[in-house]
Amino acid sequence: MTTRRDLLSTALTATGAALVSTSVPAEGHSHDHEHQAVPSDPALRVKALETLMVAKGLVDPTALDAIIEHYEHKVGPHIGARIVAHAWVDPEFKRRLLADGNAAIAELGYGGTNLVVVENSPSVHNLIVCTLCSCYPWDVLGLPPLWYKSAAYRSRSVIDPHGVLREFGLSLADEVEVRVWDSTADLRYLVLPERPAGTDGMSEVDLAALVTRDAMVGIATLSSPRERVHA
Amino acid sequence: MNGIHDMGGMQDMGPVRREPNELVFHAPWERRMFALFNGLDLPWPVMRQQIDLIPPADYLRISYYERWLSAIIPLMTNAGMLSPNEIETGKVIGGRNDKWHVVTAAEVATWNLPESNPESFPDSGAAFRVGQQVRARNLNPAGHTRLPRYVRGKAGTIHRDHGVASFDDAVASGLGKKPQHVYAVRFAARDLWGEKAAPRDGVYLGLWEEYLEAI
Repeated sequence: MTTRRDLLSTALTATGAALVSTSVPAEGHSHDHEHQAVPSDPALRVKALETLMVAKGLVDPTALDAIIEHYEHKVGPHIGARIVAHAWVDPEFKRRLLADGNAAIAELGYGGTNLVVVENSPSVHNLIVCTLCSCYPWDVLGLPPLWYKSAAYRSRSVIDPHGVLREFGLSLADEVEVRVWDSTADLRYLVLPERPAGTDGMSEVDLAALVTRDAMVGIATLSSPRERVHA
Repeated sequence: MNGIHDMGGMQDMGPVRREPNELVFHAPWERRMFALFNGLDLPWPVMRQQIDLIPPADYLRISYYERWLSAIIPLMTNAGMLSPNEIETGKVIGGRNDKWHVVTAAEVATWNLPESNPESFPDSGAAFRVGQQVRARNLNPAGHTRLPRYVRGKAGTIHRDHGVASFDDAVASGLGKKPQHVYAVRFAARDLWGEKAAPRDGVYLGLWEEYLEAI
C-alpha cells in the first residue's frame, strides 16, 4: 500500500515542490479532530514553492515577511477592543457603528473589510461562525484560533448554539434569544458585548482592557472588574 | 458544490476543543504558507473553490494549512502563474507573465486602513426590502457557492440590506464580479432545525440576491 507520505517523499527527492494529489488515502492514519502534528513534508513543499514563486517574480519576499508580521503581531483583538470601548463611552459612535461598521471604524483609522457589528443586550446574544470555511474579522481581531476553524465549531454552532456555548462555559438564560451569524458573504461580524457592571467612570483605555476576543466572537460575556479579581 | 466543506448543521464532529495556549501558527511553514497566498493578491473565492474541491476524506484528515497547500498549487497553475512542469521540477521554465501584481511590504501596511476597504459598486436597485419574506432557492451548482445546504428551500426574512457587492460564485468561476445586493437574511432556528430549537433563536446569513426568491 502506497501511503500519501511515501508519495510525498518520492516527489520531494527532486525539489520538494512536487504537485501531490491530496486524494491518495492514508491508511491507518487516524485523526479525531483537525489539529494534527504535521511532520516536515509540508514544510519542504512550502519552502520549495516559495523559492519557485520568488524566482519567478510572483511574490516579494519582504512583502511575505510583512504579511506575517502584520497578521501575527500588528492586527489583533486590541483593535476590536478599542472599537468596543469607544462604542460604550460614545452612544452616537455606537449608533453609527451599528448602522455602518466601515464608516464608523474609519473614524478611528481602521478599515480593510466589510465590518458588521452586532450588539448584545440582556435579551439578545450574538455568536459568529463561518460554516463554509473560516471567515473571521482579521482586521479587527487578528487571525482566528484553531477551534474557530474546526469542523466541530463550524458544524454545530448553527444547529446547537446553546450546546456549543455551554462547552465554552457560557450558559445563557432560557429567555435569551441567540442570533448566530454565519459568515457566508464578504461581511465580517464583530460582537459588541454588553458593558460590564461596575465600570462607570472608567477610562476608555481601561475599558478596552476588559474586552476579550472571546466576547467579540460571542463565546463569552464580560464579567465586571470586581468579579475578575475573584475569578 | 455539495462538498464536505458545507458542514453547517452536522452533528457528528465531536466537542469543540480549545487549545491550552492558542497559537496563531503551529509550525514555521504555516506562516510561509499563509503569506504565500496572501502575497499573491488573488481573489478569495478562487482559493475557496480549490479548497472546496479537496476530496472529503482528505479535507477532514489534513490540517487547515495543509488544505491551503493542496489548494494553492492548482490555483496557481489554473491562473497561469506556474506551469505543472515548473511545480514538478522546481525550476523556472516559462517566462513571467507581467499581468500579475506583486504585493509590496508598503501595501501590506495599508491592509487594515480605510483606504483598503472593499470596492463599492453602483446600485441599480434592490429586489427585496427589509422585513420581506423570502425563500433561499434550492440551488445545487457544480461550482463554488456560498449558499449552504442547510438553508436551501427554507423561508426567511430580510433583516438588513448590505448594499451591492461582487458575487463570489461568479468570481470563482471567472465570470466577472456580477455585483448585486447582499442581504442579511434571518432564518428562525425552528424553521431550520425543528421544534427542539429554542423558539426565539435565529440564524443570520449574508446572501446574494440571486440566491433568493420572493414568497
